[in-house]
Amino acid sequence: MTEVLTEVMTEVMTEVSPPLLTVQDLRVAYPARGGGFNQVVRGVSFTLGRERLGIVGESGSGKSQTGRAILGLTAPGGLVSAQTLQFSGIDLLHCPEAQRRSLRGGRIAMVLQDPKYSLSPVMRIGAQISETLQAHKPCSSAQARQQVLDALAAVGIEDPQRVSRLYPHEVSGGMGQRAMIAMMLIAGPELLIADEPTSALDVTVQLQVLGILDRLVSERGMGLIFISHDLRLVSTFCDRVLVMYAGRVVEEIAAAELHNARHPYTRGLLNCLPQLDAPRHPLPTLDRRPEWSA
Amino acid sequence: MSSPQTGVDVADLSVVFDGFVAVDGVSFSVAPGESFGIVGESGSGKSTVLRALCGLAPLSAGRVQLTGTHAPPEPGSPAWRRQVQMVFQDPYGSLHPRQTVDRILAEPLAIHGIGDEQQRIEKALDEVGLGAGFRFRYPHQLSGGQRQRIAIARALILEPPVLLLDEPTSALDASVQAEVLNLLEALRARRGLSFIMVSHDLAVVTHLCERLLVMQRGRAVETVAAADLAAHRVQSSYTQSLMRASAGFSRSDVALDDAVDAELRR
Repeated sequence: MTEVLTEVMTEVMTEVSPPLLTVQDLRVAYPARGGGFNQVVRGVSFTLGRERLGIVGESGSGKSQTGRAILGLTAPGGLVSAQTLQFSGIDLLHCPEAQRRSLRGGRIAMVLQDPKYSLSPVMRIGAQISETLQAHKPCSSAQARQQVLDALAAVGIEDPQRVSRLYPHEVSGGMGQRAMIAMMLIAGPELLIADEPTSALDVTVQLQVLGILDRLVSERGMGLIFISHDLRLVSTFCDRVLVMYAGRVVEEIAAAELHNARHPYTRGLLNCLPQLDAPRHPLPTLDRRPEWSA
Repeated sequence: MSSPQTGVDVADLSVVFDGFVAVDGVSFSVAPGESFGIVGESGSGKSTVLRALCGLAPLSAGRVQLTGTHAPPEPGSPAWRRQVQMVFQDPYGSLHPRQTVDRILAEPLAIHGIGDEQQRIEKALDEVGLGAGFRFRYPHQLSGGQRQRIAIARALILEPPVLLLDEPTSALDASVQAEVLNLLEALRARRGLSFIMVSHDLAVVTHLCERLLVMQRGRAVETVAAADLAAHRVQSSYTQSLMRASAGFSRSDVALDDAVDAELRR
């Protein structure tokens, strides 16, 4: 019942409001050894409203490159092209670099995989969060301090005063990821891209972090792109799932309908996971077909 | 060809690093030919148990010994190391980046003074499903799954009866994970190996192991049979919260968050 309801709501919302993000025929290519280019994202199209969209694929499928291209973080040398890459009316590919810069971390934010590597090791957590805030919404340092504490409290940190004075190496992975989320949310973004935000965390901590993300996304009405290799996790968290293989979207499916997936790759990916209550020996493996990547 | 089956007996094992108790009085025994799992979250001491077993971490107290052999080797001695080999978590970090597969596989043979290298290397590669064509490649020329196969071949080239597996598939994609799990299972059936496998993924452990130990903060919480776990017959609330967590995210399950919170704060 609730599933149907959310589906209807998503439909209504996407019909009424223009999409937050429109991606049409996105391509990312990197120079190949010996000349020419390797396309790692090959014509990805989707629109995103204020919803939770999952992008799932294995390593090398182009899922992270898709997220990075939206933010303008493609590595130097990479070529990004698209028919449309629009974020709330702004043409991301042709807007001035300064505007892109102000969007990044301001209206579009990204949570990265491992807080151990994505937070600065030489700055206190509070100072890092405050830096993001000052870059996008300048305010007095007293105000900034208060906002930082509020942001840390919003991600479920019990003693924000103490945590804001710590360095990243002094906190656990789960705590670091909360700090990262606080940093990404402090400027009030409309679109949040989360690239494997919980892969480096334990299962129990993973759920806490997802719970926090879920609450913030629904409270603030943000759009969320959740990039992950974990099909099962994504299907329990997102409204809609794009399955990528070799740089293309091979299937787009409502998360609740995942068990009815049609594409043999999606089905194979679901099937090859060991299941607690249905042991199978040997496990079915994925038989990759050349036509999937054609 | 298969070596006589050997089990492992661990009694009151403690590992202390600079006053920090990583493993606190853990006991379990693995029957010859059995596959035994250890689960827990990071910091629970599960990997340290394995490292203590193969001599990479110091034993502070307790006893480990091999069972099922007539003359059990001294823990940490060359004879022990020849019987207990380990496969590490990250195939990107555990293979020497500047050595070819051939050299990587020749090293354990050289250390233990085993001749007949050519034939053994070819056979080891064959057994893990890689042809002789992989022999002179470097790790960076291999995919993650192929590297983990090399790591398994390196562990098995000494033909040890006991194999320690530290999260052998957590760095791999789901489809590659299935292939590696199948390979491990086939090798175990063929050689009568005993496995001790550490993982945070309950589904992977129950797939490969018959019994498993749940650890939390260096202590053993409970030992359950895989069949009991699959049927949700577990005793401790910690194991139950691990099981619920592995089922995925649930919006309605607010009680779960609270339970996990309470568990973590304890």
